[in-house]
Amino acid sequence: MFEAIAFYTFSILTIIMFGIVVFTKNALYAMSALAGGMIFISGFFFLLGAEFLGVVQIIVYSGAIMAIYAFGMMFFDTTRDVKENIHSKKVLYALSIISAVLIVIILSAPIYSANIESLYPVGISQNYSENPGNVQDVGIVLFIKYLVPFELAAIMLLVAMISGIVLVSKRMEMNLTEEDNHEEKGEII
Amino acid sequence: MNEIAIIIETVIKAVVVLAVVAGMAAFATFIERKVLAYMQRRLGPMNVGPHGILQLAADGIKLFTKEDIIPQNAVKPIFKIAPVIAPATAFTAMAAIPFFPEFTVFGYTVTPIISDINVGVLFIMGVASVGMYAPLLAGMSSTNKWALLGAARTVIALLSFEVVSGLALLAPLMLIGSLSLIDINDFQNGGFSSWLVWQQPLAFLLFAIAGFAETNRTPFDLIEYEAEIVSGYATDYSGMRWGLFFIGEYANMITVAFLVSIIFLGGYNPFWIIPGAIMILIKISAFIFLFLWVRAAWPHVRPDQMMWLCWKVLMPLALVNILITGIVLI
Repeated sequence: MFEAIAFYTFSILTIIMFGIVVFTKNALYAMSALAGGMIFISGFFFLLGAEFLGVVQIIVYSGAIMAIYAFGMMFFDTTRDVKENIHSKKVLYALSIISAVLIVIILSAPIYSANIESLYPVGISQNYSENPGNVQDVGIVLFIKYLVPFELAAIMLLVAMISGIVLVSKRMEMNLTEEDNHEEKGEII
Repeated sequence: MNEIAIIIETVIKAVVVLAVVAGMAAFATFIERKVLAYMQRRLGPMNVGPHGILQLAADGIKLFTKEDIIPQNAVKPIFKIAPVIAPATAFTAMAAIPFFPEFTVFGYTVTPIISDINVGVLFIMGVASVGMYAPLLAGMSSTNKWALLGAARTVIALLSFEVVSGLALLAPLMLIGSLSLIDINDFQNGGFSSWLVWQQPLAFLLFAIAGFAETNRTPFDLIEYEAEIVSGYATDYSGMRWGLFFIGEYANMITVAFLVSIIFLGGYNPFWIIPGAIMILIKISAFIFLFLWVRAAWPHVRPDQMMWLCWKVLMPLALVNILITGIVLI
């Protein structure tokens, strides 16, 4: 019973939070609601007994949204409402209908097929001498069964990081303020 | 029936932790003023009660009865929520800390931990870092230049110390092979020489430094450094809303002190003839005294110096430490 109460509490809170993210025009409200929603989602992981994933959800998303705040701080006046300028309403409507249909398909497909089986069940079904913890489960799945996708993802992230550094540091050897005096401002910023 | 018993027990534990830690946090402010005063050859608060001990009550009355001002142009809902985040996350993080060894009252065994999840350390670190949202939101919602600068510095501080504290913890966790704080404590039950600080001195040092940054204590209190940015994120706050930030800060200090003593200093294992509960109290008192001592002894650090320190000195050291630990383990 308590699990049901917790589940419905967390789901209502999560839906409200993401609703605010979509409908508000204030960047500060949107970002704060996003952070709150991400933290409420970790509640579901705790309910399912996947504490490790729940904690990782909190750590990863709190850090990531902190970076979004930094960008928001640099690019907007976050205390004022953003004036949206929508060029064509047709595109907007088309996109929202497509995404609504997609969500319906995603949610109804498992109900329709009615048999969700994990390809590589961990933890309960395997005959370990003792039930290994969450961390061990994740480790076994990542480093034995899905080693290649895991390493590929790591390499992709490395490529993205290196390209980001290269893009930023093209003219790092020159001092920006010195350059300001010689060239026009528009080129640098 | 059993389920209800567990829930009642958990609620009682949570209330006790909340009350005791909030009291300790308030008392820590008094101790801080006294210790700083004696280190600077002053007397500190002396007039209210014997040796100023009732200054606590006076400060509490002042904070509660002060006018609650909300600036006209502030984003009001967020401005009001922000101070609550600091103590809320600090006390949530305490849910996974085993405060004392098990003890028996009237034949009923009490485990002084609110919830023994098996990823305790990660939970505490994660929730404590969510606490940095309090200064961030406060700074961004109060439409004040100093507050905004404080918020920007909060982001810098979080991105700097989180990497160091995570990597520093990794090496001792590799030795132990568990993320549960109870397992970590039991790993060191072989007396003084089995404390992890002897095997992992570098990790201890790095984690302690990151702890100072995480709780905004003095060498790294760049987000509210009064000589540069008035009071940082807290510039526009008054009364109890301002007080909540500081209850959060002191609760976080206690959390970090518990983490350091459990992970590196042998936790609540009995030592010689001293029982475990007294031992861990001695350890956290010593660590909180270290916090105050450093505040009296060290100058502030600029934001760029802090980023330089965290990313170019401490992070490589932590990586080297992990590498050496891994080679030794293999």
